[in-house]
Amino acid sequence: MSANLKLGEIASVVRSKNAGPYLYTFDVIFGDGATYEKVKRSGLLTAGKMAEVYGVPPENIIWAGFFDPALAFKFTMARPLVSGSPGERDAYGAQQHMPLFNLLVSF
Amino acid sequence: MDELRILSPTAILGYGFPPESFEAALGAKPDVIAVDAGSTDAGPFLLGGVIPRGMLIPVRKDVEKLLLAARRLGIPLLIGSAGGAGADPHLESVVEVVREVAASHGLHFTMAVIYSEVDREVVIKALGRGRIHPMENTGPLTETEVRQSAHIVAQIGPEPFVEALNRGAEVVVAGRSYDPSMFAAPALRLGYPEGLALHLGKILECGAIAATPGSGSDCMMGYLRRDHFLVEPTGPGRRCTPLSVAAHTLYEKPHPYLLHGPGGCLDLSECRFEPVDDRRVRVSGSRFLADRSYRVKLEGAGPAGFRSIFIAGIRDPILIAALDQTLQNVEGQVRDYFSGEGEFHVSYRVYGRDGVMGAMEREPFTASEVGLVVEVVSKSGELSAGACAMIRSTLLHCDYPGRKATSGNLAFPFSPSDISMGPAYRFTVYHLMEVDHPCSLVRIRYINV
Repeated sequence: MSANLKLGEIASVVRSKNAGPYLYTFDVIFGDGATYEKVKRSGLLTAGKMAEVYGVPPENIIWAGFFDPALAFKFTMARPLVSGSPGERDAYGAQQHMPLFNLLVSF
Repeated sequence: MDELRILSPTAILGYGFPPESFEAALGAKPDVIAVDAGSTDAGPFLLGGVIPRGMLIPVRKDVEKLLLAARRLGIPLLIGSAGGAGADPHLESVVEVVREVAASHGLHFTMAVIYSEVDREVVIKALGRGRIHPMENTGPLTETEVRQSAHIVAQIGPEPFVEALNRGAEVVVAGRSYDPSMFAAPALRLGYPEGLALHLGKILECGAIAATPGSGSDCMMGYLRRDHFLVEPTGPGRRCTPLSVAAHTLYEKPHPYLLHGPGGCLDLSECRFEPVDDRRVRVSGSRFLADRSYRVKLEGAGPAGFRSIFIAGIRDPILIAALDQTLQNVEGQVRDYFSGEGEFHVSYRVYGRDGVMGAMEREPFTASEVGLVVEVVSKSGELSAGACAMIRSTLLHCDYPGRKATSGNLAFPFSPSDISMGPAYRFTVYHLMEVDHPCSLVRIRYINV
């Protein structure tokens, strides 16, 4: 039986943060290997999907991929503004994670 | 056993640390205390400006505890990225704090002060020689951006710290530094592998953030050996697990296992994270791949004019529905009125709707009220305040489609409602520079305190 669950409900960490003043980086860390493997094998988490989820051009996604030792998925995108410039909304980039959290995974 | 013990008391000098975990860490007989004191996280204001005096109060408290402990144990104290941004004035503020603390406790030692601010002309010359390279998403550097920088700093590698220690420094206070540098330096001068030393530094520079529960205001011990290292939080109730330490590798870095730094790249793809017991983790397999030419990261920031804001609430759903068009109309009127007075930048955050994420927000609006923050930035404080005031007064009383609440559009929490925030700043430089030698951009001054 499979159900649609939010990524944030099956992961133990979903977070965003500046990776320097010009990039946001996002981490999803799973609490157990089985869940991690299942999500990784599903092929859902890709650079293209992240561009779609955040409504940004695909070329804004600088890197996306998995890191097995941490049971983690990570992607990095160009910041909409250089950190702290006039118009800034999130100087540390620490509150940009919810579209990723809310992504539905067939599980 | 052949082992180097490194104590990291806190993620940032001034964040503090609990006395009991610090005592426990000292009980583990560290060979060195190292601490990171800076970051670009808070945006460009520190590098573009001066360190606010208030920020030095917690720095002084931490310095006092660290200096007393380091002198009592007769071990080096290394501080990197002093003063937050690590430009010369920021560094000098922290050097002054160290001197004051030493004087008040009658401490004497040899202090090395490592300056890593880079003269604009040096950067411009390097630019002309094709030795400046963009980072991801920064674009090429221009001479104009260099000239508009108040300060440009280089993130130095471990080499200047090694040099200072070799010359007998007992306390090292450095300007902007690559975060792991001051943790790795004592190990590198003893011949420990670069990959392990830098990876351990990368973990330790964040205090106990790699533990679970994590904390930026608590101590972490690193035990570096020839083919692996151990990390252990000393705060009660904290532990390191293979997952917490591996996960920290990802933290605020663009790539999970390739971490670029001065002179090369840390490759953690073959890393193993293994439990030793319920609070210590053993890490091995970290590798350092040296670049063919040594490059350091430059960071620059400078003034971006003056900022005025106002904050107001809006409860009326008819206005909320028409808000974007209304703001656009108001801004148009104000721009007409101020035409010829100079350029100004206006931006809006509508909290409750998309204040945090702007165009990236995917959720439909459902709230019954919004918080509006209007920001004006221009070259002149008067122009910013004037335009901000006029946007506020025009928006307060303007018409919009379907308007029924005709006595005022905004709920102000404060009187006066407008806030002049003083100077605004922006990043100007975030680029790599090729250097002939790891210490090329650095000056070291030795002081007998």
